[in-house]
Amino acid sequence: MIRIGVPSKGRLMQDCFDWFSARGVTMRRAGADREYSGVIEGIEGVALVLLAAGEIPRELAAGRIHLGITGSDLVHEQLGSQAPEVVELARLGFGQADLIIAVPAVWIDVETVDDLDAAAAGFRAAHGHRLRIATKYHRLVRDFLQAQGVADYQLVDSQGATEGTVKNGTAEAIADITSSGETLRANHLRILSDGLIHSSEAVLWQSPMSDWSLEDRATMDHLAVRLGVWAAV
Amino acid sequence: MTPKAAIRAEGERLLQAFVAAGAVAVETDLLQPAETLLDLYGEDIRARAYVTQDPVRGEMMLRPDFTVPVVQAHMAHGAEPARYAYLGEVFRKQDRHSGRASEYLQVGYEVFDRTAPEAADAEVFAIFRDLLQGLSLRPVTGDIGILMAAVRGLETSDRRKSALLRHIWRPRRFRSLLDRFAGRAAMPAARARLLEKLALGTPAQLIDEAGSFVGLRSPAEITERAEALVADAATPPIRATEAALLYDLLSLEAPAAAALTHLRGITPMLPAIAPAVDRFAARLEALATRGIDLTTLAFEASHGRTALEYYDGFVFSFHAEGLPPVASGGRYDALTAVLGAGAFIPAVGGVIRPELVAKLRGLA
Repeated sequence: MIRIGVPSKGRLMQDCFDWFSARGVTMRRAGADREYSGVIEGIEGVALVLLAAGEIPRELAAGRIHLGITGSDLVHEQLGSQAPEVVELARLGFGQADLIIAVPAVWIDVETVDDLDAAAAGFRAAHGHRLRIATKYHRLVRDFLQAQGVADYQLVDSQGATEGTVKNGTAEAIADITSSGETLRANHLRILSDGLIHSSEAVLWQSPMSDWSLEDRATMDHLAVRLGVWAAV
Repeated sequence: MTPKAAIRAEGERLLQAFVAAGAVAVETDLLQPAETLLDLYGEDIRARAYVTQDPVRGEMMLRPDFTVPVVQAHMAHGAEPARYAYLGEVFRKQDRHSGRASEYLQVGYEVFDRTAPEAADAEVFAIFRDLLQGLSLRPVTGDIGILMAAVRGLETSDRRKSALLRHIWRPRRFRSLLDRFAGRAAMPAARARLLEKLALGTPAQLIDEAGSFVGLRSPAEITERAEALVADAATPPIRATEAALLYDLLSLEAPAAAALTHLRGITPMLPAIAPAVDRFAARLEALATRGIDLTTLAFEASHGRTALEYYDGFVFSFHAEGLPPVASGGRYDALTAVLGAGAFIPAVGGVIRPELVAKLRGLA
């Protein structure tokens, strides 16, 4: 049996259901609205597993699900950008969001990541601590800043309402997912002109770590044709 | 796979050799406060060191190297001059498929001595050479002090010099800054746009127009940098002849004796490096006294310029084909000032990896 992990709620779940439905595979939640179990119809040998989007990378890497749909940001953050535990089968065209770096709009001297680096040097000298960047995407942000040679900053963890951290005095800048930019403007922040860290999108992933029986492989071939993708395993 | 007992025995042998050379054997904690190391190396170290959370002590790191705790211990209650030796595990995250160990023994030797830094450099290098004899290793040396002196002596603004010095251990970033300051790279379009915007009013006006003021970085700090950007745009590029000498210096690789001749040759055109070149010459003399052949000893001016380092003078390493460096070390005077909260002592030292020595000796 092929286990396919799909986000368990919200817009992302509905977009996933629609994407499969357009390809003749029907997914729906079973039973009451609050119950996290799913039903899949239109193909034999596949089971639907509803999971929090943030847990899908881990489940794929552990091989507990064969296929999974979640944002590329979450996979790259949790497993790294070259992780062999997952293979991208298809970009699904929804769930688009950009991971960006934003600074206070009043920083008229800061336009690029280079400027941020220089501002961080001055900030540290003036305040005695490193310039704080609030984020929950620690690995993606650190890899990005390291590749650009930025120094004298520190990442502070922020699991929500990240745009508010600057006004609240717990960070000097932020790195967060933004789909429209309105929240940034409302919080008096501006995106650096070269501050795009990652363009995220919902992706269908396959896990080579899972146990793929002969039967599963046959099912996968069949499913791949339906979905219009090339199976990697 | 190399058995641990044989590796530890090799480590003990090396430790005893350092003790016989006059060092006091010291121990340090495996768990180090993360804050000190993060302040020193920046967030980049998180990609290399194992960080763990203690409910009382906060973020802790599994010891990524010995230098910092040994320096701290010395600054807190060491007498001068001092020689220390240590043996223990260090922990480094490795890239996937690198095949490198993430936990291994280091045995090290550190000298804190104000009197004759060049003699101390030579002492450390010679001990390492003696202990590693017969392993057919290739030693490479360098001197970050010469590069730093060259940058400090450039005829350009202090701001440009500090930007270069700040990134001396990040060769790519250093290079792109130098290219820009020397006029070899065009001004980036984003910077040109920023300068156009800054020309539209005084910094105070522009800050005011940008919206509500948020954040800890003050209007004075923003204004100061905005004005500096405008001034920098009017700063002439580093003279072509001077820049050419610096590019030449960055890529200098030659046997030590020949490198000295070359450096003596360019000193009249870069007079600021004269004291650093004198120190280099004094070190070579001290090395020669200890029987090191300067006509074959490799010297690379950019050696030791890698991220997560802190060397600011003499640097050295010993290499074997297909292995990580078997030993490495150098001088880190500035580090003692940073960790000493005002106090400062010249320091030089290095580490050997017993596991690699045991492997090369065929012991394990």
